[in-house]
Amino acid sequence: MVVAALAQLDRALKRALPLALAFFVVLLSVVPMPVPEYAVLAPSFALMSVFYWTVHRPDLFPAWGAFAVGLFDDMLTGAPLGLGAFVLLLVQFSIVAQHKVFRGKAFWLVWAAFAIVAVSAQIVTLVFGFALKGALPAALPAATQLALTIALYPVATAVFGRLQRFFLAGS
Amino acid sequence: MKRTGPMLKIAAPMRVLAQRAAFLGLLGGAVGLMVLGKAEAPFVERARMLVADAVVPVLDGIARPVQTAAQIADNVRGLMDVNAENARLRAQNAMLLHWQQVARNLEAENRALRETVHAATEASFTYVTARVVADAGGAFVRSVLIAAGLRDGVAKGHTAMSPNGLAGRVGEVGERSARVLLLTDLNSHVPVMIESTRDRAILDGDNTDLPRLVFLASGSRPQLGDRIVTSGHGGVFPPGLPVGVVVQTGEQGGVRVKPFVDFHRIDYLRVVDYGTGGTLPLAAPPPQIKRLR
Repeated sequence: MVVAALAQLDRALKRALPLALAFFVVLLSVVPMPVPEYAVLAPSFALMSVFYWTVHRPDLFPAWGAFAVGLFDDMLTGAPLGLGAFVLLLVQFSIVAQHKVFRGKAFWLVWAAFAIVAVSAQIVTLVFGFALKGALPAALPAATQLALTIALYPVATAVFGRLQRFFLAGS
Repeated sequence: MKRTGPMLKIAAPMRVLAQRAAFLGLLGGAVGLMVLGKAEAPFVERARMLVADAVVPVLDGIARPVQTAAQIADNVRGLMDVNAENARLRAQNAMLLHWQQVARNLEAENRALRETVHAATEASFTYVTARVVADAGGAFVRSVLIAAGLRDGVAKGHTAMSPNGLAGRVGEVGERSARVLLLTDLNSHVPVMIESTRDRAILDGDNTDLPRLVFLASGSRPQLGDRIVTSGHGGVFPPGLPVGVVVQTGEQGGVRVKPFVDFHRIDYLRVVDYGTGGTLPLAAPPPQIKRLR
């Protein structure tokens, strides 16, 4: 009885991993780092995790999860409330809608898809951000951040993939 | 968990439909939040600070070891050129002792002069030093979260000082956390003056590292290297706080100021209540108005 309950708890915790991880990386992205310009140039870990988990385990990363992660990000960074939630929701939905495209594809294809998604997400963010704030961010930092986000996706994949194999293999 | 039969045939489209409905509902929710945020609904700020209050202990837990590691790295680097550093500090100490004497003389003279003209004594101020636990340099904001809030006496409109100079002001405050809008934020407009000429201007943040000097008094020509201090106008900041130096005076891009505060390494901020009342939009009315009624 106890063993069964524990096994169930274990399974539930493991299945909560993708979402919990997404919240954790959002926290990481705002921790003050002794790296020049880190706060401005920190890649969008939230976008990476929403993309990775929706591609690999869409069952564990529902739409409300993407919404909640985006909202959490907005609240921590002080960005226009709802903007991050809106963008991550669109990302999540577009991947779910095109799910067949990603199945069993080579990594570089998934990476290319991520690049397209990241650029589109950035454009949506800029358009809505401009509408809400009446100003555009400086071009160079925004472009550098986007480039870093795309460039570091393979690293994120390696880390998430390892965690996925370790915790979620067979579930 | 494979299901077969007619149930699946109905269930699958139903599930897709439910998914679509949920997606649209959430999307509508996000847009609604953006509208509410734009309208500056008070609950938006409250919700933001509730979340900040909840995560500040966690952020603090992550930030501490990072800061410790950075300090250790600094110490190791410091050990390497400890001799040169020592010589530099000795020279600086000699100079500062001289300045200390100057300051003492000026203080005494100032006190004497104030007594002569019966000047009103300046209000005293209180402060609290708080750790910076989150640094949010998003595309649209430049702000930091500090681990001190209402319970520590921090209130909206208080001045945030770094050891080198003005960092910003408290924009939102929760129970045990507060958000400090930095000088570089889009919403930061600080009344300043050029220290040498006392020409007034406004220092406008534009999300770049170098805020812009605007509304300069006509005929005022700031020079490279001019020190910028707060002017005290508008009543948000007291006069004379060090802000930065002019680093660009070109026609294109305007006059730009490099703040004294090192935004890449703010571990602590001193939140000071200068008793200026914090006349922020949406802030509570200043206490003296309350007393009049």
